Amino acid sequence: MKKVLSALAATTILCSASAASAESLKIGFLATLSGPPAVLGQHMRDGFLLGVKENDGKLGGLDTEVLVVDDELKPDAALTKVQGLLERDKVDMMAGVVFSNVMMAVYKPVIEAETIFIGANAGPSPIAGKGCSPYFFSTSWQNDQNHEVMGKYATQKGYKRVVVMAPNYQAGKDAIAGFKRHYEGEIADEVYTKLGQLDFSAELARIADTKPDAIFTFMPGGMGVNLVKQYDQAGLKEGIPFLSAFTVDETTLPATQDTAVGLFAGAQWASNLDNAANAKFVADFKAEYGYAPSLYAAQGYDAARLIDGALERTGGDKSKDALMAALKTAPFESVRGDFSFNTNQFPVQDFYLVKAVNKDGAYVTEAVEKVFDDKGDAYAESCRM
Amino acid sequence: MSATLLAVQTLNGLQLGVLLFLIAAGLTLVFGVMDFINLAHGVQYMLGAYLAVAGYQLTGSFWAALLFALVVSLLAGLALEFLVFRHLYDRDHLDQVLATFGVILFLNEAVKVIWGAAPLSVPIPDLFDGSLQLMDNLRYPVYRLALIGSGLGVALLLYVLVTRTRIGMLVRAGATNPDMVAALGVNIRRLFMIVFGFGTMLAGFAGIMAAPILSVEPGMGDNLLILAFVVIVIGGIGSIRGAFISALLIGLVDTLGRSLTTDIARLLLPPAAANDVGPAIASMLIYILMAGVLFFRPSGLFPVARS
Repeated sequence: MKKVLSALAATTILCSASAASAESLKIGFLATLSGPPAVLGQHMRDGFLLGVKENDGKLGGLDTEVLVVDDELKPDAALTKVQGLLERDKVDMMAGVVFSNVMMAVYKPVIEAETIFIGANAGPSPIAGKGCSPYFFSTSWQNDQNHEVMGKYATQKGYKRVVVMAPNYQAGKDAIAGFKRHYEGEIADEVYTKLGQLDFSAELARIADTKPDAIFTFMPGGMGVNLVKQYDQAGLKEGIPFLSAFTVDETTLPATQDTAVGLFAGAQWASNLDNAANAKFVADFKAEYGYAPSLYAAQGYDAARLIDGALERTGGDKSKDALMAALKTAPFESVRGDFSFNTNQFPVQDFYLVKAVNKDGAYVTEAVEKVFDDKGDAYAESCRM
Repeated sequence: MSATLLAVQTLNGLQLGVLLFLIAAGLTLVFGVMDFINLAHGVQYMLGAYLAVAGYQLTGSFWAALLFALVVSLLAGLALEFLVFRHLYDRDHLDQVLATFGVILFLNEAVKVIWGAAPLSVPIPDLFDGSLQLMDNLRYPVYRLALIGSGLGVALLLYVLVTRTRIGMLVRAGATNPDMVAALGVNIRRLFMIVFGFGTMLAGFAGIMAAPILSVEPGMGDNLLILAFVVIVIGGIGSIRGAFISALLIGLVDTLGRSLTTDIARLLLPPAAANDVGPAIASMLIYILMAGVLFFRPSGLFPVARS
C-alpha cells in the first residue's frame, strides 16, 4: 500500500512538475541574509526581485517563481540548502551568492547538476580561471578587479608612496595583490588588521606618521564604517586621498554619511552612469524599497534582466543548450552600459573611479572617471571550456 | 617609531581600554555578585547603541538620545531579568549560557527587523566636535577624550558605590556569601535585580558612547563580549578594580601590539613573512597575556574572596 501511495505521489509530483515547467520558471536565489553582512545580500536580492517585478513577474514571458534562500554565511548550511533547491524544488536555475567562501562550497554541486548558475556577486579566481564552467555566468566581476581599478588609478595619478590596509584573511590578501597588479609606485606600508576590528586609531596614527601620497583599503561592512568615520575624525581625509574597494558604497553610506563624502572607490557601477536602463533602475529601486541602490543591487538587477533577455531570445525555451547559447550573447541592456561576456563568461565591462557624494540629501556613489575600458579579468586565459 | 607616535598610541590604547572597561564593569558585577553568566551582555551593549540611534532620530539631540537610551536600556534590562534571567539564577552555568545565548540570537534578529541590517550611526555631539592636533597631520577627536573621561567617571562612581555605600557593601557581601546575606534579612532577589539592571545600564551606556565612533550594526556586541570576558577573567571575576586595570592593560597591549609587532617582525624576518607573522601575533597577544596571568594567578589579578 505504502509503495502504491508513494508511486502515486511521485507521479502527481512528476505531472505537476512537467505541467509547471511548460510555461513557468523556478529560480533558486542564494544570498547572505543574516549576520552583520546581511545588508549586502539584501541589496542583491532586492535588485533581483525588482528585475523580476518590472516584468510583471514574468522573465522572458514565463511565470517566474524566485525561491530566496539565506545561506547564513555558512558554506555547509549553504550546501544543504542548495541541494534542497536542486533536488526537492527542482529549480531551473540558480542565482545570487554574496560571499566567495559560500560560492566555493556550492559551485561544484550546482554545475555538476548541469544547472545554469548566474553569479550576482562573488567571483573567486578558481571559477574565473581553471575551474570555469559553461553553466556559470557572472553579472558582477572577478574578485580582484575593483582593487585593480584603484591600483591603476594610483599609478595614473602618479602616487609614489601608498599605504595599503586590509583585514588579515584571504580576501584581504587578494585585495592587496589585486591593487599591486597595476600599481607601479612604492608600497610605503602594508597593514593587516584583525577581521572585525572596531577601532583603527593605532593604524591611523601609523598612517599619519608614514605620510603617504594615498591609502588603499579594503574594509567590507561594519569595519569599513568604523574606518571611514575614524579616518575623518582623525583629520586624515583632507590630507591623504582615500582609495578603496567594497568599503564606500550605498550599503555603508547610510552610516558614514558626511564622513565618507569625498572618499574614492573602484567599481563597475555608480548611480550616475549615464544610460536609460540605469536611470530607470535607480528611480524604480528607490521608489520600490525606499533606499538608494548599491553596486550589489545593480548586479542582482542585471542578473534578472540577463535571464529575461536570454529567455526572450529563445522564445521562452528554457532547454539548457538553447538558453546557454542565448545567455552567452548577453542580450540585455545592462545598467552599467557596455556589457559582454568574456571567454570565461565573466563580464567584459568598464570600471570607474567613483566618489561618495551627498546628492539632494541622499548619500550615493557617483562615477568620476573611467579607469578601465572594456576590461576582462586576469584569469580568463586559463579558462578552457 | 617616534616618541610622539608612541604617546599617541598609548592614548589610543587607554581609550580602547576605557571602552572595554565600560562593558566589562557590568559583566563582572553580574558574574561576580550573582554567579550568573550573562552572554547577552554584548547584545545589551548593542541595544544601547541602537537606542541611541533611535533617540537621536526622534529628538535630534545627542544628550536627549543619551538620556532616552539609558532609561530604555535599564527598562529593557529589568524586563529581561523579569522574563528570562530570574528563572535561571538557581540553574547551573550551562543552562544560563544556553538561555542567554538564545537572548543574543533573539535581540540580534530583533534589531535587524526594527532598524534593518545596514550599519547606522550617531553624529558626535557639538560640544565634543572639535579635535586636537597631535601630530602634524593627525588630529585627535575631543570626543575620544570625553570617552576616556566618562570611563574614568564611571570607574570612580563604581568605586564610591561599591566601597562607600550600604548597597555596595551588600553587593560585596552578596558576592562573597549570598546565602548568609539572605539569612541576615536582605532581599537578595531584589539586590540581584538592582545589580542586574545597573549592569545592563552600564552595557547600554558603553553602547551609547561607542555609537558616534563605531558602526552600529547587528552583532556589534559579539566580538566585544569575548574581549569583555577576557578582561574580567584577567582582572578577577567580580572585581571592579580588577576589571578597570585589566581593561586598560588589554587596551594598551592590543593597541601597542598592533602597532609594533609587524615592525619588530620586520627586523627579524623578510618583509613578506613579517606581514604574515606580525598581524597573527598581534591578534594573539591579549590571549597570551591572559594565559600568562592565569598561569601565575589562576583567579585573576584581583581575586574576590568566595566562601
